[in-house]
Amino acid sequence: MTQLVLEQALNGLQFGLMLFLLAAGLTLVFGIMDCINLAHGSLYMVGAYFVAAAAQAADSFWIGLGAGVAGAAVLGLVLELSLFRRLYQRDHLSQVLATFALILIANEAVRVIWGPQPLMLNPPESLAGPLEIGEFFYPAYRLLIIGFGLAVAILLYLLVAKSRIGMWVRAGAANREMTEALGINVRALFTAVFVFGAALCALAGGLLGPLLAVQVGMGESVLILAFVVIIIGGIGSIRGALVGSLIVGTVDTLGRALLPTLLRALLPADAAATLGPALASILIYVLMAGILFFKPQGLFPARA
Amino acid sequence: MAFYRPAPWQKPLSVALLIAALALPTLLTAIGQEFYVGFATRVLIFALAATSLNLVLGFGGMVSLGHAAFLGAGAYVAAICQQAGINEALLAFPAAMGVAGLFALLVGAISLRTRGVYFIMITLAFAQMAYYLFVSARAWGGDDGLPLTGKMAFAGIGLGGDTPLYYLALGCLALVMLLFGRLADARFGRTLQAIRENETRMEALGYAVFRYRLAAFALGGALAGLAGALLANLTGLASPNLLQWTQSGTLLVMVIIGGVGYLYGGVVGALILLVLEEFLVGLTPHWHIALGVLLLGVVLFAPKGVAALFGKRHG
Repeated sequence: MTQLVLEQALNGLQFGLMLFLLAAGLTLVFGIMDCINLAHGSLYMVGAYFVAAAAQAADSFWIGLGAGVAGAAVLGLVLELSLFRRLYQRDHLSQVLATFALILIANEAVRVIWGPQPLMLNPPESLAGPLEIGEFFYPAYRLLIIGFGLAVAILLYLLVAKSRIGMWVRAGAANREMTEALGINVRALFTAVFVFGAALCALAGGLLGPLLAVQVGMGESVLILAFVVIIIGGIGSIRGALVGSLIVGTVDTLGRALLPTLLRALLPADAAATLGPALASILIYVLMAGILFFKPQGLFPARA
Repeated sequence: MAFYRPAPWQKPLSVALLIAALALPTLLTAIGQEFYVGFATRVLIFALAATSLNLVLGFGGMVSLGHAAFLGAGAYVAAICQQAGINEALLAFPAAMGVAGLFALLVGAISLRTRGVYFIMITLAFAQMAYYLFVSARAWGGDDGLPLTGKMAFAGIGLGGDTPLYYLALGCLALVMLLFGRLADARFGRTLQAIRENETRMEALGYAVFRYRLAAFALGGALAGLAGALLANLTGLASPNLLQWTQSGTLLVMVIIGGVGYLYGGVVGALILLVLEEFLVGLTPHWHIALGVLLLGVVLFAPKGVAALFGKRHG
């Protein structure tokens, strides 16, 4: 039991950190430019495909990861300059429509280029086996993801909380007009943030690729989770995105692993079999509704 | 935005369209294209669903990304009614509206405490909850959905074949459009639009802003439930896919293409999107790309929607 709980807690941490990579870009795009980007999940999908394709071509996971992330950054730059720039001044509805259209285009384009079958992405050979820590076994690759996620989280924290660029970004999220009036080129800043967000998407997609299937539609489910994260954390707040990611990642993973067992101890077997998976899937949405009920602006509102 | 006011030629145009719609099945049969009666029914049902969202979104100013939940709830109520032996649409459809309306009342009562993006996301969250509940409800078919044994009966007359259901859907849509037109111009509709324009001011004038919004949200949910019950009869299945968030997105897209806050916005949008889909599917297997590019075009070049041509809004 302890083994199971510990393993699932680590899985939750790993999932939460990957969610953070997605949520960080989303919350900044949302917070600074007030732009709803439903296509953020598509960047994650396309990024994962880039990584998988490059890894296959180069026969190396690491080269693939680097090339894929770079490719996604270029794609992000093109999208920002050609489309998103025109959307910032528009209302939320137009943004929803335009980015919904982007999802349709991205899904179909991926299907045309790489076919309907999921792409295989193998983890680096040296990390394929489990790691033994005393009595406890844990996949080495998952540990690597946790390490990667933590490193990026710390880097992002330092960048946003301690650097000058980070200060501009936070100022832009809190009050865009005032920041512009103080002579900061928010437009260029935003292009940079968008490109950075796209690169983080591809990084998450590439790292998760060996664990999940790289396939069409993988972006949509994760997009909803990323939105839940930034709503819980408070839009525009990096700290909120980190806390929200860890909450959502752990609650979701632990809920799926432990709730059915827990319910079986409390309820008759067939009721538990029906209720368990249902409760586990809606747990994070209940959590989000509950948090919004008491804190309508999320846990760490950026515009407090 | 400003208040909705119908163009003077909207009424005669509505009557002409109704007559054309009444004659459509006969016309299609005459030229041997009965297949399209089913498609036309689908357009009517989605026109109803999109109109119900337009009431919430266009007139109430509430951007809901969870409207498909009410559509799905209506479909499931119809299927469950039939499973329980109630095959009469006059009983099952009001039940579907009632359940969907109550569900919307509950969702609205909690969601309307939030504003803006948070409202979008909390409605989405509730829709996702409903989706996962139906996916894991094994008694109702789980993720396979709950099939209907056949089309229901309306006032004892079977709805088998495509044409009877077409006329039922047309009747429902015409009735709803009539009521919607009256409502938009009546005290309730005016108040609702005024709240959309300036919430603080209406609050200061002593209007119960929250209750007006909640009433509109619940009414929109009930009408979506009616559309869902019709849709279950058309497809013969109440599927959890109906509750997926992409379905909510599609309804939203229909309203935006048609024209947010215009009486016929939902109808025009549903017609355009579904006809476009049908046309593009025949043209290329990769029609999603074409549809996406067209939608981008609408956003960039026709931001007010197509129905904006059919009714003016006076400031």
